[in-house]
Amino acid sequence: MNGFMAILKRDLHLASRQGMDNMMVVMFFVIAVVLFPFGVGPEPNILARIAAGVIMVAALLASMLSLERLFQTDYEDGSLELLSLSPIALEVVVLAKITAHWLTTGLPLIIAAPLLAVLLNMNSEGFPMLIVALLLGTPSLSLIGAVGAALILGSRRGGVLLALLILPLYIPVLIFGVSAIDAVIGGFEANAQLLILGGFLMGAFALCPWAAAAGVRQAIE
Amino acid sequence: MLHRFANPTRFLRIASVVQPWMAWSTVLLGGAGLYLGLFSSPADYQQGNSVRIMYVHVPAAWMAMFCYSSMAIAAAVGLIWKHPLADVAAKATAPIGACFTFLSLFTGSLWGKPMWGTWWVWDARLTSMLVLLFLYLGYIALVNAFDDPTRGTRASSILVLVGFINVPIIKFSVDWWNTLHQPASVMKMGGPSIDASMLWPLLLMALAFTTYYLWVLLIRIRAEIIGNKIRIARLKQVQIT
Repeated sequence: MNGFMAILKRDLHLASRQGMDNMMVVMFFVIAVVLFPFGVGPEPNILARIAAGVIMVAALLASMLSLERLFQTDYEDGSLELLSLSPIALEVVVLAKITAHWLTTGLPLIIAAPLLAVLLNMNSEGFPMLIVALLLGTPSLSLIGAVGAALILGSRRGGVLLALLILPLYIPVLIFGVSAIDAVIGGFEANAQLLILGGFLMGAFALCPWAAAAGVRQAIE
Repeated sequence: MLHRFANPTRFLRIASVVQPWMAWSTVLLGGAGLYLGLFSSPADYQQGNSVRIMYVHVPAAWMAMFCYSSMAIAAAVGLIWKHPLADVAAKATAPIGACFTFLSLFTGSLWGKPMWGTWWVWDARLTSMLVLLFLYLGYIALVNAFDDPTRGTRASSILVLVGFINVPIIKFSVDWWNTLHQPASVMKMGGPSIDASMLWPLLLMALAFTTYYLWVLLIRIRAEIIGNKIRIARLKQVQIT
Protein backbone atom coordinates (compact mmCIF):
# COMPACT_ATOMS: atom_id res chain seq x y z
CA MET A 1 0.00 0.00 0.00
CA ASN A 2 2.92 2.34 0.79
CA GLY A 3 4.40 1.64 -2.59
CA PHE A 4 1.04 2.30 -4.22
CA MET A 5 0.77 5.69 -2.49
CA ALA A 6 4.36 6.60 -3.33
CA ILE A 7 3.90 5.94 -7.03
CA LEU A 8 0.53 7.67 -7.05
CA LYS A 9 2.10 10.73 -5.38
CA ARG A 10 4.99 10.71 -7.82
CA ASP A 11 2.70 10.62 -10.84
CA LEU A 12 0.46 13.34 -9.46
CA HIS A 13 3.53 15.48 -8.74
CA LEU A 14 4.81 14.95 -12.27
CA ALA A 15 1.38 15.88 -13.63
CA SER A 16 1.14 19.05 -11.55
CA ARG A 17 4.66 20.18 -12.48
CA GLN A 18 3.78 19.84 -16.15
CA GLY A 19 1.08 22.42 -15.53
CA MET A 20 -1.08 22.99 -18.57
CA ASP A 21 -0.51 19.53 -20.04
CA ASN A 22 -3.44 18.03 -18.17
CA MET A 23 -5.70 20.95 -18.87
CA MET A 24 -5.25 20.25 -22.56
CA VAL A 25 -7.27 17.06 -22.26
CA VAL A 26 -10.18 19.01 -20.78
CA MET A 27 -9.78 21.68 -23.42
CA PHE A 28 -9.93 19.02 -26.12
CA PHE A 29 -13.08 17.65 -24.47
CA VAL A 30 -14.73 21.08 -24.46
CA ILE A 31 -13.74 21.95 -28.02
CA ALA A 32 -14.80 18.55 -29.36
CA VAL A 33 -18.25 18.94 -27.80
CA VAL A 34 -18.56 22.55 -28.94
CA LEU A 35 -17.99 21.45 -32.54
CA PHE A 36 -21.28 19.57 -32.57
CA PRO A 37 -23.67 22.55 -32.51
CA PHE A 38 -21.82 23.82 -35.59
CA GLY A 39 -21.96 20.42 -37.22
CA VAL A 40 -25.59 19.49 -36.66
CA GLY A 41 -26.98 23.01 -36.34
CA PRO A 42 -27.99 24.94 -33.20
CA GLU A 43 -31.54 23.54 -33.06
CA PRO A 44 -32.13 23.13 -29.26
CA ASN A 45 -34.27 20.00 -29.56
CA ILE A 46 -31.75 18.14 -31.67
CA LEU A 47 -28.91 19.16 -29.37
CA ALA A 48 -30.86 18.06 -26.30
CA ARG A 49 -31.53 14.71 -27.97
CA ILE A 50 -27.87 14.00 -28.79
CA ALA A 51 -26.29 15.71 -25.75
CA ALA A 52 -25.69 12.60 -23.64
CA GLY A 53 -24.14 10.69 -26.52
CA VAL A 54 -21.94 13.55 -27.67
CA ILE A 55 -20.59 14.19 -24.18
CA MET A 56 -19.87 10.50 -23.58
CA VAL A 57 -18.13 10.06 -26.93
CA ALA A 58 -16.04 13.19 -26.40
CA ALA A 59 -15.12 12.07 -22.87
CA LEU A 60 -14.08 8.71 -24.24
CA LEU A 61 -11.84 10.26 -26.90
CA ALA A 62 -10.40 12.79 -24.44
CA SER A 63 -9.46 10.15 -21.89
CA MET A 64 -7.76 8.21 -24.67
CA LEU A 65 -5.62 11.18 -25.69
CA SER A 66 -3.44 11.15 -22.61
CA LEU A 67 -3.20 7.36 -22.42
CA GLU A 68 -0.27 7.14 -24.80
CA ARG A 69 1.93 8.89 -22.24
CA LEU A 70 0.77 6.69 -19.36
CA PHE A 71 3.77 4.35 -19.64
CA GLN A 72 5.64 5.86 -22.59
CA THR A 73 7.77 8.46 -20.74
CA ASP A 74 8.66 6.02 -17.96
CA TYR A 75 9.46 3.40 -20.55
CA GLU A 76 11.78 5.70 -22.44
CA ASP A 77 13.75 7.04 -19.47
CA GLY A 78 14.04 3.58 -17.89
CA SER A 79 12.11 4.25 -14.69
CA LEU A 80 9.56 1.61 -15.69
CA GLU A 81 12.34 -0.96 -15.60
CA LEU A 82 13.38 0.18 -12.12
CA LEU A 83 9.79 0.05 -10.94
CA SER A 84 9.48 -3.50 -12.22
CA LEU A 85 12.62 -4.48 -10.26
CA SER A 86 11.27 -2.98 -7.04
CA PRO A 87 9.68 -5.31 -4.45
CA ILE A 88 6.23 -3.86 -5.21
CA ALA A 89 4.22 -6.12 -7.49
CA LEU A 90 4.06 -4.73 -11.02
CA GLU A 91 0.26 -5.02 -10.90
CA VAL A 92 0.21 -2.55 -7.98
CA VAL A 93 2.54 -0.18 -9.83
CA VAL A 94 0.25 -0.31 -12.85
CA LEU A 95 -2.83 0.23 -10.71
CA ALA A 96 -1.23 3.28 -9.07
CA LYS A 97 -0.43 4.76 -12.46
CA ILE A 98 -3.99 4.08 -13.64
CA THR A 99 -5.36 5.80 -10.54
CA ALA A 100 -3.15 8.80 -11.21
CA HIS A 101 -4.34 8.85 -14.82
CA TRP A 102 -7.95 8.85 -13.73
CA LEU A 103 -7.38 11.60 -11.14
CA THR A 104 -5.64 13.81 -13.69
CA THR A 105 -7.92 13.21 -16.70
CA GLY A 106 -11.13 11.40 -15.69
CA LEU A 107 -11.97 13.66 -12.78
CA PRO A 108 -11.51 16.99 -14.64
CA LEU A 109 -13.73 15.62 -17.41
CA ILE A 110 -16.48 14.86 -14.91
CA ILE A 111 -16.21 18.39 -13.53
CA ALA A 112 -16.40 19.92 -17.01
CA ALA A 113 -19.27 17.69 -18.20
CA PRO A 114 -22.26 19.52 -16.58
CA LEU A 115 -21.13 22.80 -18.14
CA LEU A 116 -21.12 21.17 -21.57
CA ALA A 117 -24.50 19.61 -20.84
CA VAL A 118 -25.85 23.13 -20.32
CA LEU A 119 -24.31 24.28 -23.60
CA LEU A 120 -25.96 21.38 -25.41
CA ASN A 121 -29.31 22.16 -23.81
CA MET A 122 -29.53 18.78 -22.09
CA ASN A 123 -32.62 18.15 -19.98
CA SER A 124 -31.64 19.08 -16.41
CA GLU A 125 -33.12 15.83 -15.04
CA GLY A 126 -30.25 14.04 -16.70
CA PHE A 127 -27.47 16.01 -14.96
CA PRO A 128 -27.07 13.86 -11.83
CA MET A 129 -27.14 10.72 -13.97
CA LEU A 130 -24.53 12.19 -16.31
CA ILE A 131 -22.21 12.63 -13.32
CA VAL A 132 -22.93 9.14 -12.00
CA ALA A 133 -22.48 7.51 -15.41
CA LEU A 134 -19.17 9.32 -15.90
CA LEU A 135 -18.07 8.45 -12.36
CA LEU A 136 -18.70 4.76 -13.06
CA GLY A 137 -17.54 4.90 -16.67
CA THR A 138 -14.30 6.89 -16.72
CA PRO A 139 -12.39 4.61 -14.29
CA SER A 140 -13.23 1.71 -16.62
CA LEU A 141 -11.85 3.75 -19.51
CA SER A 142 -8.57 4.36 -17.66
CA LEU A 143 -8.31 0.68 -16.68
CA ILE A 144 -8.96 -0.69 -20.16
CA GLY A 145 -6.85 2.03 -21.73
CA ALA A 146 -3.87 1.07 -19.57
CA VAL A 147 -3.84 -2.37 -21.21
CA GLY A 148 -3.60 -0.75 -24.62
CA ALA A 149 -1.00 1.74 -23.44
CA ALA A 150 1.16 -1.13 -22.16
CA LEU A 151 0.81 -3.14 -25.36
CA ILE A 152 1.92 -0.37 -27.70
CA LEU A 153 5.15 0.36 -25.78
CA GLY A 154 8.01 0.44 -28.25
CA SER A 155 5.84 0.14 -31.35
CA ARG A 156 5.80 2.36 -34.39
CA ARG A 157 2.93 4.91 -34.60
CA GLY A 158 1.73 4.18 -31.08
CA GLY A 159 -1.04 6.77 -30.82
CA VAL A 160 -3.16 5.73 -33.80
CA LEU A 161 -2.63 2.09 -32.94
CA LEU A 162 -3.84 2.73 -29.39
CA ALA A 163 -7.13 4.10 -30.72
CA LEU A 164 -7.63 1.02 -32.89
CA LEU A 165 -6.98 -1.34 -29.97
CA ILE A 166 -8.92 0.46 -27.26
CA LEU A 167 -11.97 2.06 -28.84
CA PRO A 168 -13.77 -1.24 -29.62
CA LEU A 169 -13.41 -2.20 -25.96
CA TYR A 170 -14.85 1.16 -24.87
CA ILE A 171 -18.16 0.51 -26.63
CA PRO A 172 -19.98 -1.12 -23.66
CA VAL A 173 -19.23 1.88 -21.40
CA LEU A 174 -20.59 4.18 -24.09
CA ILE A 175 -23.75 2.14 -24.70
CA PHE A 176 -24.77 1.74 -21.08
CA GLY A 177 -23.64 5.20 -19.98
CA VAL A 178 -25.72 6.95 -22.63
CA SER A 179 -28.66 4.61 -22.15
CA ALA A 180 -28.67 5.34 -18.38
CA ILE A 181 -28.83 9.09 -19.00
CA ASP A 182 -31.47 8.77 -21.71
CA ALA A 183 -33.56 6.51 -19.48
CA VAL A 184 -33.62 9.07 -16.66
CA ILE A 185 -34.46 11.90 -19.05
CA GLY A 186 -37.26 9.77 -20.48
CA GLY A 187 -38.64 9.23 -16.98
CA PHE A 188 -37.52 5.63 -16.43
CA GLU A 189 -35.38 3.90 -13.83
CA ALA A 190 -31.73 3.50 -14.79
CA ASN A 191 -30.77 0.91 -12.18
CA ALA A 192 -30.09 -1.87 -14.67
CA GLN A 193 -27.70 0.26 -16.74
CA LEU A 194 -25.90 1.49 -13.63
CA LEU A 195 -25.50 -2.06 -12.34
CA ILE A 196 -24.03 -3.13 -15.67
CA LEU A 197 -21.67 -0.12 -15.67
CA GLY A 198 -20.67 -0.97 -12.11
CA GLY A 199 -20.19 -4.61 -12.98
CA PHE A 200 -18.08 -3.61 -15.96
CA LEU A 201 -15.95 -1.42 -13.70
CA MET A 202 -15.50 -4.25 -11.18
CA GLY A 203 -14.53 -6.67 -13.94
CA ALA A 204 -12.07 -4.19 -15.43
CA PHE A 205 -10.69 -3.43 -11.97
CA ALA A 206 -10.07 -7.12 -11.35
CA LEU A 207 -8.60 -8.05 -14.74
CA CYS A 208 -7.03 -5.01 -16.39
CA PRO A 209 -4.11 -4.45 -13.95
CA TRP A 210 -3.02 -8.04 -14.64
CA ALA A 211 -3.24 -7.64 -18.39
CA ALA A 212 -1.52 -4.25 -18.32
CA ALA A 213 1.24 -5.59 -16.06
CA ALA A 214 1.73 -8.52 -18.45
CA GLY A 215 1.97 -6.01 -21.28
CA VAL A 216 4.55 -3.91 -19.43
CA ARG A 217 6.53 -7.02 -18.52
CA GLN A 218 6.82 -8.20 -22.11
CA ALA A 219 7.82 -4.68 -23.17
CA ILE A 220 10.76 -4.34 -20.78
CA GLU A 221 12.01 -7.91 -21.05
CA MET B 1 2.39 -34.11 -26.81
CA LEU B 2 2.39 -30.35 -27.22
CA HIS B 3 6.12 -30.18 -27.69
CA ARG B 4 6.28 -33.04 -30.17
CA PHE B 5 4.81 -30.65 -32.74
CA ALA B 6 6.81 -27.64 -31.59
CA ASN B 7 9.56 -28.61 -33.99
CA PRO B 8 8.89 -26.60 -37.17
CA THR B 9 10.61 -29.16 -39.42
CA ARG B 10 8.41 -31.97 -38.15
CA PHE B 11 5.39 -29.71 -38.45
CA LEU B 12 6.25 -28.79 -42.04
CA ARG B 13 6.49 -32.49 -42.91
CA ILE B 14 3.09 -33.26 -41.42
CA ALA B 15 1.56 -30.13 -42.90
CA SER B 16 2.61 -31.01 -46.44
CA VAL B 17 0.83 -34.37 -46.07
CA VAL B 18 -2.35 -32.93 -44.52
CA GLN B 19 -2.69 -29.91 -46.77
CA PRO B 20 -3.91 -31.63 -49.99
CA TRP B 21 -6.49 -33.59 -47.95
CA MET B 22 -7.83 -30.35 -46.59
CA ALA B 23 -7.92 -28.82 -50.05
CA TRP B 24 -9.84 -31.77 -51.50
CA SER B 25 -12.30 -31.99 -48.64
CA THR B 26 -12.98 -28.27 -48.99
CA VAL B 27 -13.75 -28.71 -52.67
CA LEU B 28 -15.90 -31.82 -52.17
CA LEU B 29 -17.77 -30.72 -49.04
CA GLY B 30 -18.20 -27.19 -50.38
CA GLY B 31 -19.41 -28.50 -53.74
CA ALA B 32 -21.90 -30.87 -52.13
CA GLY B 33 -23.05 -28.22 -49.66
CA LEU B 34 -23.51 -25.61 -52.36
CA TYR B 35 -25.41 -28.03 -54.61
CA LEU B 36 -27.72 -29.11 -51.79
CA GLY B 37 -28.08 -25.56 -50.53
CA LEU B 38 -28.68 -23.83 -53.85
CA PHE B 39 -30.60 -26.47 -55.83
CA SER B 40 -32.01 -29.33 -53.83
CA SER B 41 -33.03 -27.72 -50.53
CA PRO B 42 -36.48 -26.14 -50.38
CA ALA B 43 -37.07 -22.40 -50.37
CA ASP B 44 -38.34 -21.02 -47.07
CA TYR B 45 -42.11 -20.57 -46.84
CA GLN B 46 -41.62 -17.00 -45.60
CA GLN B 47 -38.26 -15.89 -46.93
CA GLY B 48 -38.37 -17.56 -50.33
CA ASN B 49 -35.06 -18.12 -52.04
CA SER B 50 -33.17 -15.52 -50.02
CA VAL B 51 -32.96 -18.08 -47.20
CA ARG B 52 -30.13 -19.63 -49.23
CA ILE B 53 -27.87 -16.80 -48.05
CA MET B 54 -27.90 -18.71 -44.78
CA TYR B 55 -25.62 -21.42 -46.21
CA VAL B 56 -22.79 -18.90 -46.43
CA HIS B 57 -23.78 -16.46 -43.70
CA VAL B 58 -24.14 -18.87 -40.79
CA PRO B 59 -20.96 -20.91 -41.40
CA ALA B 60 -19.00 -17.67 -41.90
CA ALA B 61 -20.26 -16.33 -38.58
CA TRP B 62 -19.46 -19.61 -36.83
CA MET B 63 -15.97 -19.59 -38.30
CA ALA B 64 -15.46 -15.96 -37.28
CA MET B 65 -15.98 -16.95 -33.65
CA PHE B 66 -14.17 -20.27 -34.05
CA CYS B 67 -11.11 -18.51 -35.49
CA TYR B 68 -11.05 -16.00 -32.67
CA SER B 69 -11.36 -18.75 -30.06
CA SER B 70 -8.55 -20.71 -31.74
CA MET B 71 -6.47 -17.55 -31.75
CA ALA B 72 -7.12 -17.05 -28.05
CA ILE B 73 -6.14 -20.66 -27.28
CA ALA B 74 -3.04 -20.40 -29.45
CA ALA B 75 -2.12 -17.07 -27.84
CA ALA B 76 -2.51 -18.54 -24.34
CA VAL B 77 -0.39 -21.57 -25.28
CA GLY B 78 2.21 -19.25 -26.78
CA LEU B 79 2.31 -17.05 -23.68
CA ILE B 80 2.34 -19.86 -21.12
CA TRP B 81 4.56 -22.49 -22.74
CA LYS B 82 6.42 -20.21 -25.16
CA HIS B 83 5.36 -22.59 -27.90
CA PRO B 84 6.79 -21.08 -31.11
CA LEU B 85 4.24 -22.65 -33.47
CA ALA B 86 1.31 -21.44 -31.37
CA ASP B 87 2.38 -17.84 -31.89
CA VAL B 88 2.72 -18.44 -35.61
CA ALA B 89 -0.68 -20.13 -35.69
CA ALA B 90 -2.36 -17.21 -33.91
CA LYS B 91 -0.75 -14.74 -36.26
CA ALA B 92 -1.73 -16.81 -39.31
CA THR B 93 -5.33 -17.19 -38.15
CA ALA B 94 -6.05 -13.47 -37.75
CA PRO B 95 -6.50 -12.43 -41.41
CA ILE B 96 -8.59 -15.55 -42.13
CA GLY B 97 -10.83 -14.82 -39.17
CA ALA B 98 -11.14 -11.17 -40.18
CA CYS B 99 -12.26 -12.26 -43.66
CA PHE B 100 -14.85 -14.66 -42.22
CA THR B 101 -16.14 -11.88 -39.97
CA PHE B 102 -16.39 -9.49 -42.88
CA LEU B 103 -18.09 -12.16 -44.99
CA SER B 104 -20.70 -12.84 -42.32
CA LEU B 105 -21.39 -9.11 -41.88
CA PHE B 106 -21.58 -8.60 -45.62
CA THR B 107 -23.89 -11.54 -46.35
CA GLY B 108 -25.95 -10.61 -43.30
CA SER B 109 -26.36 -7.16 -44.73
CA LEU B 110 -27.46 -8.60 -48.08
CA TRP B 111 -29.91 -10.84 -46.26
CA GLY B 112 -31.16 -8.03 -44.06
CA LYS B 113 -32.17 -5.79 -46.94
CA PRO B 114 -35.01 -8.01 -48.29
CA MET B 115 -36.00 -9.46 -44.88
CA TRP B 116 -35.76 -6.54 -42.48
CA GLY B 117 -35.89 -3.77 -45.06
CA THR B 118 -32.53 -2.34 -44.04
CA TRP B 119 -28.88 -3.07 -44.70
CA TRP B 120 -27.87 -2.55 -41.12
CA VAL B 121 -29.40 -2.23 -37.66
CA TRP B 122 -27.56 -1.44 -34.47
CA ASP B 123 -28.73 -4.47 -32.56
CA ALA B 124 -26.57 -6.39 -30.11
CA ARG B 125 -25.63 -9.27 -32.43
CA LEU B 126 -24.59 -7.07 -35.34
CA THR B 127 -22.75 -4.59 -33.13
CA SER B 128 -20.79 -7.24 -31.24
CA MET B 129 -19.87 -8.87 -34.56
CA LEU B 130 -18.61 -5.50 -35.82
CA VAL B 131 -16.55 -5.17 -32.63
CA LEU B 132 -15.09 -8.59 -33.40
CA LEU B 133 -13.99 -7.31 -36.81
CA PHE B 134 -12.30 -4.33 -35.12
CA LEU B 135 -10.59 -6.66 -32.65
CA TYR B 136 -9.21 -8.69 -35.55
CA LEU B 137 -8.00 -5.54 -37.30
CA GLY B 138 -6.46 -4.22 -34.07
CA TYR B 139 -4.66 -7.53 -33.61
CA ILE B 140 -3.29 -7.48 -37.15
CA ALA B 141 -2.16 -3.86 -36.72
CA LEU B 142 -0.45 -4.59 -33.39
CA VAL B 143 1.30 -7.74 -34.62
CA ASN B 144 2.92 -5.78 -37.44
CA ALA B 145 3.67 -2.62 -35.44
CA PHE B 146 7.01 -3.70 -33.97
CA ASP B 147 10.42 -3.89 -35.58
CA ASP B 148 11.11 -7.00 -33.50
CA PRO B 149 8.54 -9.61 -34.58
CA THR B 150 8.59 -11.54 -31.27
CA ARG B 151 7.56 -8.36 -29.43
CA GLY B 152 4.60 -8.06 -31.78
CA THR B 153 3.37 -11.61 -31.24
CA ARG B 154 3.63 -11.35 -27.46
CA ALA B 155 1.87 -7.98 -27.18
CA SER B 156 -0.88 -9.09 -29.52
CA SER B 157 -1.32 -12.40 -27.66
CA ILE B 158 -2.29 -10.40 -24.59
CA LEU B 159 -4.67 -8.33 -26.72
CA VAL B 160 -6.39 -11.46 -28.07
CA LEU B 161 -6.96 -12.75 -24.55
CA VAL B 162 -8.42 -9.40 -23.44
CA GLY B 163 -10.69 -9.27 -26.48
CA PHE B 164 -11.91 -12.83 -25.95
CA ILE B 165 -14.55 -11.41 -23.60
CA ASN B 166 -16.43 -10.40 -26.75
CA VAL B 167 -16.96 -13.99 -27.96
CA PRO B 168 -19.48 -15.07 -25.27
CA ILE B 169 -21.16 -11.68 -25.69
CA ILE B 170 -21.67 -12.42 -29.40
CA LYS B 171 -22.95 -15.92 -28.69
CA PHE B 172 -25.48 -14.89 -26.06
CA SER B 173 -26.34 -11.43 -27.42
CA VAL B 174 -29.53 -12.77 -29.01
CA ASP B 175 -30.64 -14.24 -25.68
CA TRP B 176 -29.69 -11.33 -23.44
CA TRP B 177 -31.11 -8.57 -25.59
CA ASN B 178 -34.20 -8.22 -27.66
CA THR B 179 -32.62 -8.23 -31.11
CA LEU B 180 -33.88 -8.06 -34.65
CA HIS B 181 -31.42 -10.85 -35.40
CA GLN B 182 -33.11 -14.17 -34.76
CA PRO B 183 -32.06 -16.35 -31.78
CA ALA B 184 -30.01 -19.52 -32.21
CA SER B 185 -31.78 -22.27 -34.12
CA VAL B 186 -29.05 -24.88 -34.59
CA MET B 187 -26.77 -24.88 -31.55
CA LYS B 188 -29.23 -24.77 -28.70
CA MET B 189 -30.67 -26.87 -25.92
CA GLY B 190 -33.15 -29.48 -27.12
CA GLY B 191 -31.66 -29.90 -30.59
CA PRO B 192 -31.88 -27.83 -33.74
CA SER B 193 -35.25 -26.38 -34.71
CA ILE B 194 -34.39 -26.35 -38.39
CA ASP B 195 -35.60 -28.94 -40.90
CA ALA B 196 -33.19 -31.70 -41.95
CA SER B 197 -33.39 -30.64 -45.61
CA MET B 198 -31.86 -27.31 -44.64
CA LEU B 199 -29.70 -28.57 -41.78
CA TRP B 200 -27.69 -30.94 -43.99
CA PRO B 201 -26.44 -28.41 -46.51
CA LEU B 202 -25.75 -26.02 -43.63
CA LEU B 203 -23.62 -28.56 -41.78
CA LEU B 204 -21.81 -29.54 -45.00
CA MET B 205 -21.00 -25.91 -45.64
CA ALA B 206 -19.83 -25.45 -42.05
CA LEU B 207 -17.50 -28.45 -42.47
CA ALA B 208 -16.28 -27.08 -45.81
CA PHE B 209 -15.54 -23.71 -44.18
CA THR B 210 -13.64 -25.47 -41.39
CA THR B 211 -11.50 -27.49 -43.76
CA TYR B 212 -10.96 -24.36 -45.86
CA TYR B 213 -9.75 -22.58 -42.73
CA LEU B 214 -7.35 -25.42 -41.90
CA TRP B 215 -6.13 -25.51 -45.49
CA VAL B 216 -5.36 -21.80 -45.66
CA LEU B 217 -4.00 -21.87 -42.11
CA LEU B 218 -1.47 -24.54 -43.07
CA ILE B 219 -0.41 -22.53 -46.12
CA ARG B 220 -0.02 -19.40 -44.01
CA ILE B 221 1.90 -21.15 -41.22
CA ARG B 222 4.27 -22.73 -43.76
CA ALA B 223 4.78 -19.36 -45.42
CA GLU B 224 5.44 -17.77 -42.03
CA ILE B 225 8.01 -20.43 -41.06
CA ILE B 226 9.74 -20.17 -44.42
CA GLY B 227 9.69 -16.38 -44.14
CA ASN B 228 11.38 -16.63 -40.74
CA LYS B 229 14.03 -18.94 -42.20
CA ILE B 230 14.74 -16.45 -44.97
CA ARG B 231 14.98 -13.62 -42.45
CA ILE B 232 17.45 -15.55 -40.31
CA ALA B 233 19.48 -16.53 -43.37
CA ARG B 234 19.65 -12.88 -44.43
CA LEU B 235 20.75 -11.81 -40.96
CA LYS B 236 23.52 -14.43 -41.07
CA GLN B 237 24.61 -13.18 -44.44
CA VAL B 238 24.85 -9.64 -43.10
CA GLN B 239 26.82 -10.92 -40.15
CA ILE B 240 29.37 -12.65 -42.37
CA THR B 241 29.91 -9.73 -44.73
